[in-house]
Amino acid sequence: MLYLLAFLVVVMLIAGIAVIVVKDILSAVILTTVISLVVSVIFLFIASPDVAITEAAIGAALTTVVFVIAIKRTRSKETTDKE
Amino acid sequence: MRKVISFLLLAGFVFYFATLTGGLLIPDSSADRSSVGLDILSRSADETGSANAVTSVVVLYRGFDTLGEVTVLFLAALGISVFMKSTGEKRKKVLDQSFILKTGSRLLFPLMFLFGMYIIAHGHLSPGGGFPGGVIIATGFFVILLTSESVNFNKTLMSVLEGLAGLSFIGLGVVGLLGPGNSFLQNFLPLGTFNTVFSAGIIPLIYAVVGIKVGAELSSVVYAMKESK
Repeated sequence: MLYLLAFLVVVMLIAGIAVIVVKDILSAVILTTVISLVVSVIFLFIASPDVAITEAAIGAALTTVVFVIAIKRTRSKETTDKE
Repeated sequence: MRKVISFLLLAGFVFYFATLTGGLLIPDSSADRSSVGLDILSRSADETGSANAVTSVVVLYRGFDTLGEVTVLFLAALGISVFMKSTGEKRKKVLDQSFILKTGSRLLFPLMFLFGMYIIAHGHLSPGGGFPGGVIIATGFFVILLTSESVNFNKTLMSVLEGLAGLSFIGLGVVGLLGPGNSFLQNFLPLGTFNTVFSAGIIPLIYAVVGIKVGAELSSVVYAMKESK
């Protein structure tokens, strides 16, 4: 149990560092989704399924959707400005 | 320099989280926990009739706080729809989606909608409730919005639903205020049989209202972001 939690924290740590290091902004967004998913699993293991389900729905699904749409929008604007 | 600062910040957060998790993992730490949690756990089933103690806290013991959260979400959605003002006309460029994606999303949407409804309706029995259920419905809506070329999104209907849901939340609270309990959001319905769908007084009603409100709001947000110029 403790080892599983430690493993999950390590995965989260690696994803968190990768968010800073990675150059592509879309990859960074996907990595934050990974963090959210891992956090929701950790919430499940420390006996708080309510928080886990909310984190999985909001952190992993909707936040990613909003970020990806925002990136798509701003990118298309940037390219038209350059032209 | 910025990277160094970021790494330091991250290390600090990790340290904080590790100490937090470490404290939770020690088996005999219940003695020094605050007595409020234990108190609520021991009496919430009798007082509210809700099988899920977390729901009884969110909707009844801290119902006013939930009303504040819904208001914050409403303001955020309002800000996004003002900022991303839709021009009304459909965007001409339509991405070429594969047949599998289109059909799959059409197949998936009713299931996601149903699952969201289930999460909302069983908020007082199992983990979940109005907020996650509404978000799941909005995500399902986004899936259909992403793949079909023309969606008949009725913005007026969404606004009406949202406003009605918010008003009913406050209305339920006011009925509790006028009723025998004499306080805002007090339960005024019979508690029913414990651990069945129709139980726990006004908790399922409030969660249904919150679910409708969150679902309509977030669907409008996603639509406004997707369709704006």
